[in-house]
Amino acid sequence: MRSRHVPVLLFSAVVIATQLLAVMLGRPQYLTQLTMTGYYSLVIIGLCMLIGYAGQISLGHAGFFAIGGYVSAFLTTFDLMSFKGNRLVGLFSNAGLLVTVQDLYGGDALVFHPWIACLAAVLVTILIAYVIGGPVLKLKGHYLAMATLGFGTIVYKIVLGTAFLGAADGLSDIPGFRLLPSLEVSGKAPARIQNYYIAWGMVALGMLLLTNLIHSRVGRALRSIHSAEDAANAMGVNTGKYKLHLFVLSAVFAAVGGVFLTHYNGGIGPSEASIMKSVRYVAIVAIGGMANLWGALSMGIILNFLSLRGYFGSYDDAVFGVILILIMLFAPEGLLRREVFRGAKKWISGRGKVEGQKA
Amino acid sequence: MNIELLSQYLVAGVTYGTIYAIVAIGFNIIYNATGIINFAQGEFVMLGGMIAVSLHAFLPLPAAILAAVLTAMVIGALIEVIFIRWLVSPSVLRMIIITIGISIIIREAALHIWGEAVRALPYFTGSEITVISIGDVHISPQVLWVTGISAVMVALLTFFFNYTLPGRQMRACAANQDAARLCGISAKNMVTLSFVLSAGIGALAGCVVSPITYVQYDSGTALAIKGFTVAILGGLGNSTAAIAAGLILGILESFSVWVMPTAFKDVVSISILLLILFVRPSGIFGSVEASRLKEF
Repeated sequence: MRSRHVPVLLFSAVVIATQLLAVMLGRPQYLTQLTMTGYYSLVIIGLCMLIGYAGQISLGHAGFFAIGGYVSAFLTTFDLMSFKGNRLVGLFSNAGLLVTVQDLYGGDALVFHPWIACLAAVLVTILIAYVIGGPVLKLKGHYLAMATLGFGTIVYKIVLGTAFLGAADGLSDIPGFRLLPSLEVSGKAPARIQNYYIAWGMVALGMLLLTNLIHSRVGRALRSIHSAEDAANAMGVNTGKYKLHLFVLSAVFAAVGGVFLTHYNGGIGPSEASIMKSVRYVAIVAIGGMANLWGALSMGIILNFLSLRGYFGSYDDAVFGVILILIMLFAPEGLLRREVFRGAKKWISGRGKVEGQKA
Repeated sequence: MNIELLSQYLVAGVTYGTIYAIVAIGFNIIYNATGIINFAQGEFVMLGGMIAVSLHAFLPLPAAILAAVLTAMVIGALIEVIFIRWLVSPSVLRMIIITIGISIIIREAALHIWGEAVRALPYFTGSEITVISIGDVHISPQVLWVTGISAVMVALLTFFFNYTLPGRQMRACAANQDAARLCGISAKNMVTLSFVLSAGIGALAGCVVSPITYVQYDSGTALAIKGFTVAILGGLGNSTAAIAAGLILGILESFSVWVMPTAFKDVVSISILLLILFVRPSGIFGSVEASRLKEF
């Protein structure tokens, strides 16, 4: 048990308390938005690693989210029944990769098992992230921003213009994702609490993974890249390799979020790939304090939840734009940064001296 | 494919290419003065078109366009003074995020003011069906307006930067800000001026093209990406090369419709952008040696 694991435990306690509170207050419907928030949080903590720790901006992460979601959605809905004679399909079928489900009209449809679809989504994402990340991460500043923006736009235009991906309507009627015989990711009301824990269990797992990564040799190397890339290079840190691997890791986080949210919602549309979504993720990371996983996570929870509940109304995107500008103008290091906490700690320790010393 | 169709594609390519080039010149002016890319450049184009359409309800067309351009210039100045002027050596990442934020706010404001409706100015001369035929090639008069006004604009800009005091002061700031300041040039005012200029150019472009391409609250983003592609293609900061690059991109894009569905037209131009960034970030006309000194 290390000290850095304490926040993860605390976080788990908050997750459980929130669920109990929501049920006790008779507002179980909040859990639905909280579940969705959880999957968006996966994108945000991954992106936070990339922006905050490796210092590389990405304006295309909604693209990875959409790739994950769309691949999984397509594979679990595309009916292979008419290709049954095909040898490849036969091979898949014999290997147990396919399942028979009932389609909309009560007929049988032969589709890929969600686990296979999820695996495929992650593999496709890794492949694309490596191919794109290689040359993109050699760029800096405006060029990096524009290149990732361009990547995001390409994904958006492709899903918007491709007929078998549903074009502007997206894909719908996506079956639930049965993780275990009794555990299914789906939007059915009785499974609400169960799904809440699946989502936040994954976020907790992700946080555990990333905090461990930060406190490892890799994490120190990453921080050195952020503060002075040339110096890190001179010290023998293979900056290019670290940046690329982190880019792929954050893409995988986004894709997994996309896969699960798609199965949870039972559908995905092109808006998930839009530039505004990517910008929103960057905004949340910026508000959280760039290199601050817990800050980004908490800001992501608050803002995504408020947005999903519709508190911002038709000013949804405008709110994120205003927040982005205000933060960058007045607190470019983010709202939740260490100095602020240190200041608060000092302030508290000035009153209760013993407690302050301990911390 | 026959010659007739070929030339028709060519005309369309040149029209769009000219527009991209103008957006690219807007990028370049601000880039030269400040070293930042203004991600809100496309929004100036959208604003120009939108304001002109609204004003045209009670003003004659030339007056509406003039008023729209002036309004956009004031907005450009306000943006610079409010958001950028007082920042002390901001990092590139910070400037990127701020200009993205500005573009979101302008777009959302436009959405709330004008709604989602698609608008357009009337054709400057004639109507949609007026055609000037040169041999087998049929050209809408608006295309001539677009290319003509763009040419005049480029000529005026060249004159401004080479023969007027403020233009030369701006060039001095672009070359070496410290030295310019020692000569008594207010670098900050030059930055404001660059925003005013590029907002005005963008807005005028928005007015001229709106009869052909229409204008909507979110039409700025796509134009900004295209304009940036052209700016990079020609070499960032080089406005003459931007015109050539704009024509190249416009024509390529227009011929891509031939082999691919129209929905993927943007994918083509953005792929070109990525390709250039990966292979030759100094642009096809830029000097590789000089670009090594810049931050890519």
